[in-house]
Amino acid sequence: MIEGILIGLTTALTFQNILMVMVGCFFGTIIGMLPGLGPMTAIALMIPITYGFDPATGLILMAGVYYGAVFGGSTSSILLNAPGVPGTVATSFDGYPMAQQGKAGKALAIAAWSSFAGGTLSAIYLLFMAPSLSKVSLSFRSPDYFALMILGLTAIAAFSSKGQFLKAMMMVVLGLMLASVGQDSLSDITRFTFNNMNLTDGISFVLVVMATFAMSEALTIILKRNDPTSAAKQVSLTELGSIRINKEERTKMYKTIPRSSVIGFLIGVLPGAGATIASFLAYGMERNVVSDEEKEKFGKGSVNGLSAPETANNAACSGSFVPMLTLGIPGSGTTAVMLGALLGFGVQPGPRLYMTNPEIFWSIIMSMYIGMVILLILNLPLIPYIARILAVPKNYLIPLILFFSVTGIYVMSFNNFDIYLMIGIAVVATFLRLYDFPMPPLILAFVLGGLMEENLRRSLLLSNGSWEFLWDRTLTACILATTMLIVVWHIYKTFKKKN
Amino acid sequence: MNINTTKIISLLFFIFSVFYLYTAYQIQVFAFDENAPFNARTFPIYLGYAGLFFSGLKLILPDPNTIKVDHKNLEYKKTGILILIAIIYGATILKVGYFLTTSLFLFASYYFLGERRWILMFLLSFPFVAAFMYLLHGILDIYLRDPFLQSIGVMG
Repeated sequence: MIEGILIGLTTALTFQNILMVMVGCFFGTIIGMLPGLGPMTAIALMIPITYGFDPATGLILMAGVYYGAVFGGSTSSILLNAPGVPGTVATSFDGYPMAQQGKAGKALAIAAWSSFAGGTLSAIYLLFMAPSLSKVSLSFRSPDYFALMILGLTAIAAFSSKGQFLKAMMMVVLGLMLASVGQDSLSDITRFTFNNMNLTDGISFVLVVMATFAMSEALTIILKRNDPTSAAKQVSLTELGSIRINKEERTKMYKTIPRSSVIGFLIGVLPGAGATIASFLAYGMERNVVSDEEKEKFGKGSVNGLSAPETANNAACSGSFVPMLTLGIPGSGTTAVMLGALLGFGVQPGPRLYMTNPEIFWSIIMSMYIGMVILLILNLPLIPYIARILAVPKNYLIPLILFFSVTGIYVMSFNNFDIYLMIGIAVVATFLRLYDFPMPPLILAFVLGGLMEENLRRSLLLSNGSWEFLWDRTLTACILATTMLIVVWHIYKTFKKKN
Repeated sequence: MNINTTKIISLLFFIFSVFYLYTAYQIQVFAFDENAPFNARTFPIYLGYAGLFFSGLKLILPDPNTIKVDHKNLEYKKTGILILIAIIYGATILKVGYFLTTSLFLFASYYFLGERRWILMFLLSFPFVAAFMYLLHGILDIYLRDPFLQSIGVMG
């Protein structure tokens, strides 16, 4: 492992890669602050830039954007009570009241230190867990992978949209259907191309991400007359107050951070769960374990109440890398985008990644830590100024998002058809968003579609067409039983709610 | 059964799944693959049935979280114009080139979204695109096709 850490440090600590982490953290923070534009959009917009880099540098840039976007979301939660990303909603419960009491600087500092500590601790957990899990996952067979992918897709559908499980499952199926367009990987038979040569190679992953996130988010903002930047104009630099944290507050944080980081990391590892659930669970748990006197302060500016979700959401971000790096199965929409980008670089994540491409595996892990340090250095003193920069009117913001989306597709294919297809998918996605059809399950399904078909093919061929492979191995059966429980539970809840 | 837009979307998805399933059955496979445990049409067929299952359930089951969208408050006109500009941008980018079309696209988008600060609009279109092109083409070595700049000798 020491050798791996050194490889990671050697790659991550080059001038170019440190610069990429800084750029990523900076842009991620800005985009993450804008309500509605989360880490997925931020990463999607960065994809065209990463074409010019090697895989490790590209991934480091995207990882920096990811942490920056999560931190940016916390800043808008605290200063504006407008969470940039769902994972920072719990941060606003105590962060915003603290800001209203004239302690915005302190709240930002608590959030920054908690994020840093949560991210650092989870990077350490990841450091120890990922190689061991990679070794374990080498014993996984095709039926296990197939079952695991179904579980991942079901879990993301269950968690991504409250009370909208069936809508999310429809999005999963739609994502898989889009992934099935083009040549079959084994027989080269074309499917669903309708004799259109442009579809022979299938629909590009970047196209789908840009259309369903960047472009459709921009169209939604215009359609709903939202102005994500309007709230930022209210930020006053004079009302932030001191960023110093006193001894009593530090003592509270020392207790909160370790337990919240464990919760955050473990929830992050689970497919589909992610930062939102982690932050809410950590907030709830913290409220249960603190003294009655402290409990009273929850919702009114509690240090524990702010520190817990901030620690957990950053820890969950690192945790969500575990299934992607070790199994090749992303646990969240954001890591699905990263997986797609990795595949685009010609790198196949999975249990063998840390043997075949150790520089990528370890440099991502090490860059997480470096990213946390940079976020702390960059954001703590600069955040009020960054918040002011955000007062860019939407009249400029929206065209720029559209411009980045079209550029991403243009430099990839030099093809008009792809641009039209992207606009078409974006229009449909915008309409679906209006009615709460979630997009992350679609992206995850699109990324996993090919792998899923491949593993089903191998399983069915090995079992001579029999479906017994689903319960032949205990591991496969357990994973599928969990999936069934999730499906039945959600359908039951729909019935129960109505009655 | 209460009919709302979500149900209509589910119905459309159901119809789409029927069409997908029909097309999946039409996929031509090699003769020796016809009766194989798995061929090019197996997975799409399962997907078609999955689409029918979930959209069918959504149609039949009650919808406790009905989403109501106030269409009067939606900005259809500006969104439509923006989509139209994007389509024109997509149609001309290859023939005219990246620099001119992108700059004009940005300038037109700012204008139709209500911006009237001409100098800022100009700075955030032509010089901005030039700088971005330099970043992609000049520094990151990402090829950008631009017949317009090539014709005036700016780009090799």
